[in-house]
Amino acid sequence: MSDESLLSRRNALKCMAYGGAGTLFALSGGVLAPLDLAMAAGDTQGAAKLGKPLFVQISDTHIGFNKEANPDVNGTLTQTIDIVNGMAEQPALIIHTGDITHLSKPAEFDLAQQLFSRLRTTEMHTTPGEHDTTDATVTEYFNRFGKASGNKGYYSFDHAGVHFVALINVLQFKPGGLGTLGADQLAWVAADLKGQSSSTPIVVFAHMPLWTIYEPWGWGTGDADQLMSQLRRFGSVTVLNGHIHQIVQKVEGNMTFHTARSTSYPQPAAGVGSGPGPLKVPSDQLASMLGITSISVVKHPRSLALNDRALA
Amino acid sequence: MIRGRFRSWSFRRAQPLLCLAAMTGLFAVCGPSAADPAGSTKIVVKEFMFSPTPLTVKAGSTVTWTNMDDEPHTAVSDTGMFKSGGMDTNESFSFKFDKPGTYHYTCSIHPRMVGTIIVQ
Repeated sequence: MSDESLLSRRNALKCMAYGGAGTLFALSGGVLAPLDLAMAAGDTQGAAKLGKPLFVQISDTHIGFNKEANPDVNGTLTQTIDIVNGMAEQPALIIHTGDITHLSKPAEFDLAQQLFSRLRTTEMHTTPGEHDTTDATVTEYFNRFGKASGNKGYYSFDHAGVHFVALINVLQFKPGGLGTLGADQLAWVAADLKGQSSSTPIVVFAHMPLWTIYEPWGWGTGDADQLMSQLRRFGSVTVLNGHIHQIVQKVEGNMTFHTARSTSYPQPAAGVGSGPGPLKVPSDQLASMLGITSISVVKHPRSLALNDRALA
Repeated sequence: MIRGRFRSWSFRRAQPLLCLAAMTGLFAVCGPSAADPAGSTKIVVKEFMFSPTPLTVKAGSTVTWTNMDDEPHTAVSDTGMFKSGGMDTNESFSFKFDKPGTYHYTCSIHPRMVGTIIVQ
């Protein structure tokens, strides 16, 4: 890699794709404990220790982006899909936490869906990012992905004893403010969670962080406190977001908050530079800053384990 | 509600001079208000800011926003009077302001970005 100029970005990504290692955590009683890295590399012993991978989180694919920070977002998404397809055991679900496209254009959505169709795991659940809802009528996303929520953007489902809640916090933006859930959605969540036992593991996902990471850049959700008060009674809550294109993690009681890497381009750390735009890094570092998160069920005690996997 | 007429919904490429000025750092040195002739109706969106803001124009003026960032931005009226859609790098959006008043707008992708247009 010493003569970087001789390598195209794509080749650089290819040669490093399987060289990296993610960090794996088991969430047990609200405490994150690092475990051996497994699964993605095909380590069956490690995979057995973790249980079956429940789902993989993909985020911020930004199909349509073509600037210097990553001129080949289709390539890095394809590479991401190859990694997921290559996992020793396939996850039951894929969750996409938004910014599927860069500019909400029909052709970008179509291309994204075409790329996603290569995933061996066919069940995908999505929530939109603010980049997916900039079209004048906000219909491109919902025409393709709105069915699960009746075009509202929020919905829930159950899988393998885990209750999943998809939320949308990118529509009711307030000038100068953070993301917003809104009264209607919060009332719906309260009703949705009411029938759930406190011992049911809960996964909540939305695009923008559901806790305030950095207010000056809008990295948070203004009315998320009203959501958290409804989640506190549960023994295992995993809150997943995208938006900030880097991993930030927090544990509070039985709740683990986690933001995923992007598959497209990195963003600066909070407050570094003029704003949360694409971060240009040397091409041989790009793959290490992109990636996915996989989540498994740990049987004893029953909880969820998070495993971040970089493309390199 | 006061409603302006849309002169152009479609984006157009910014003039090459504008791009050149941005690339050479002219805006950083002079600022857009100094770079533009007096009475300009142009707003530059750069480094997650609208400038100038507030912008004062005469009634009947068409205001044009041009995004100079690598990140897309929008200009969305707080009252719903206009909505740009995502402006990618070097793309522009124009809106004609027919009636005097003070108009506030926001980038819906980055709601911390706010601006004001005063129409006289």
